[in-house]
Amino acid sequence: MRKVLIIGATSAIAEAAARIFAARGDALFLVARNAEHLRAVVADLNLRGAARADSATLDVTDFAAHEAVIEKAERDLGGIEIALIAHGTLSDQAQCEQSVDVMRREFDVNALSTLALLTALANRMEARRTGTLAVISSVAGDRGRQSNYVYGAAKAAVSTFLGGLRQRLAKSGVTVLTIKPGFVDTPMTAAIANKGALWAQPDRVAAGIVQAIDRRRNIVYLPWFWRWIMLGIRHIPEPLFKRLKL
Amino acid sequence: MPAPGASWGRYPRAKQQIIPLHWRDAPLPEATGTLLAYGNGRSYGDSCLNDGGTLLHTRGLNRLIDFDPATGILRCEAGVLFSEILAFAVPRGWFLPVVPGTRYITVGGAIANDVHGKNHHRAGTFGEHVSCFELLRSDGSRTVCSRAVNTDLFRATIGGLGLTGVITWAEFALKRVPGAQMATETLRFHGLPEFFQLSAQSEADHEYTVAWIDCSGSGRSFGRGLFIRANHGTSSGTIAPPRRLRMPFTPPLSLVNRSTLRAFNAAYFHGSRQGHAVVHYEPYFFPLDAIADWNRMYGPRGFLQYQCVVAPANAESAVAGLLQRIAASGTGSFLAVLKVFSDRPAAGILSFARAGTTLALDFPNRGAPTLALLEQLDDIVVAAGGAVYPAKDARLKGARFRRYFPQWEQILPHVDPRFSSGFWRRVRET
Repeated sequence: MRKVLIIGATSAIAEAAARIFAARGDALFLVARNAEHLRAVVADLNLRGAARADSATLDVTDFAAHEAVIEKAERDLGGIEIALIAHGTLSDQAQCEQSVDVMRREFDVNALSTLALLTALANRMEARRTGTLAVISSVAGDRGRQSNYVYGAAKAAVSTFLGGLRQRLAKSGVTVLTIKPGFVDTPMTAAIANKGALWAQPDRVAAGIVQAIDRRRNIVYLPWFWRWIMLGIRHIPEPLFKRLKL
Repeated sequence: MPAPGASWGRYPRAKQQIIPLHWRDAPLPEATGTLLAYGNGRSYGDSCLNDGGTLLHTRGLNRLIDFDPATGILRCEAGVLFSEILAFAVPRGWFLPVVPGTRYITVGGAIANDVHGKNHHRAGTFGEHVSCFELLRSDGSRTVCSRAVNTDLFRATIGGLGLTGVITWAEFALKRVPGAQMATETLRFHGLPEFFQLSAQSEADHEYTVAWIDCSGSGRSFGRGLFIRANHGTSSGTIAPPRRLRMPFTPPLSLVNRSTLRAFNAAYFHGSRQGHAVVHYEPYFFPLDAIADWNRMYGPRGFLQYQCVVAPANAESAVAGLLQRIAASGTGSFLAVLKVFSDRPAAGILSFARAGTTLALDFPNRGAPTLALLEQLDDIVVAAGGAVYPAKDARLKGARFRRYFPQWEQILPHVDPRFSSGFWRRVRET
């Protein structure tokens, strides 16, 4: 039995991952914004075999509330072994271009809140010299594109932060996993109408996340082919890239 | 997995807005046109389609809500698949009370079509085992329906083809089983009289009975088939399910034609092992689930399934008439299924299962000749006092529907004014 904290636990990918943990009999502590949704997910995971599933509500942009929630998770679980950070919003790029407030808020949700949570969790795991931090970043962070560069920049900050954190915590035996999903068919992306062959179901991405945690991987693209797609995209020369529609 | 918005027969095609539902406490989304809940798309025709309107995709409603390990009563959201319930229940010593020929259906779909299975003679339809559910309607109301409260809406929704609103969750009783094993017995029969004899003899001692029948047989092989009867195994020993295969692409033409049909059916009849066996429940109940996307086998034009029931008094002659007509056409499917229903009262107003004998088989879609053949089969079914199963249908005309479901008007006061389907418009407007 492992002790797993999931932040953003009512997102489709996180919920699918939680079901895998629950089926294995792991203990879960779930954090999300909506108490009603959280209750539905907790009841489901308890039935599916979780050793226990507890929860707390949190708006991740309420930075002052982070510490209390992490402390409660530590207490209820008896020490967090795995933390999966999965919250996020798909920023409306057009709005972000028109409003500094919207842009900053997207950065708070998708970057700064994650970095703050990681700071608190990393220090605890470093002191215990054990643990796994698994964080959902995005392929969008691999290169800024006109269609979603605010979201992409936030995810780039997360990925870069995780790279440094991984190096720092390697000495303490703490694993840091950067998860880079491509297009996933979830409520977050429901507004996108035409979903082609590159789209994956949340179950598949969740299975990849749990496997990467089990294998103590560093960086994982999900599904795997995104590693090669993004390799190609990163290597398009800037003079050409700026003329592309991507 | 089919893309949401298609039906299993891949005929007819429809274009509609698809809105996923994720939370049972959320209101219905803003949408244009008429609405229809869409589960996992295993209805064959257009009862799960809503051309020009909106489908509310319920697979995101897939949480378990409550389970009582003392009584086996399970409450879950309506988008949970039977496969997911079995994965949860069987290791805990429970099984679904009724399962159809595929486990990839949602709970909501099972209620809306009041599905039946190989144990109809013992357990009736799935609807009989549902104790209550919540219905979310376009006026924003949420109504819990059961045999004690809102009973009319309860009976209108069971078998109600999704027309009464969206089922958000349901509660039903599972039944105790020792494990995943099935004790089966396969017997060859050489004609319909023998089938009916076997069926009558088997019902007392076997929870499940079904027959596969060779729909291409004529002359001496007419009405031949395999009768398969079974009970849940008595041992809790482990048994592995077979591996799943996948039909990787859609061939340009149907793989089912006159010669492959005859060859397959002869091989199946002679090649199948007779006698007793112990098998995993998956190949017993869901043989076709072993090949993912098997519906692609019929090529890009898709196929039509025809499932009818004929009244007990005329069953043998009517089934013989149907089989003769099908054999003469040279079309049909590898697996035609024959089963005797019991005379239990129906759980829903529009429930399909009723006293009599049911025959189900597929026809590759060849356009007008296929539709003409099915009309001829309808003539036989009407004369024999029967019905066609809306969940499988893509072409029934209104006049026939009203003959098959003479009580159909009883559902009208309960139909949600915003809800409709391709099937419903077809039988209402033709």
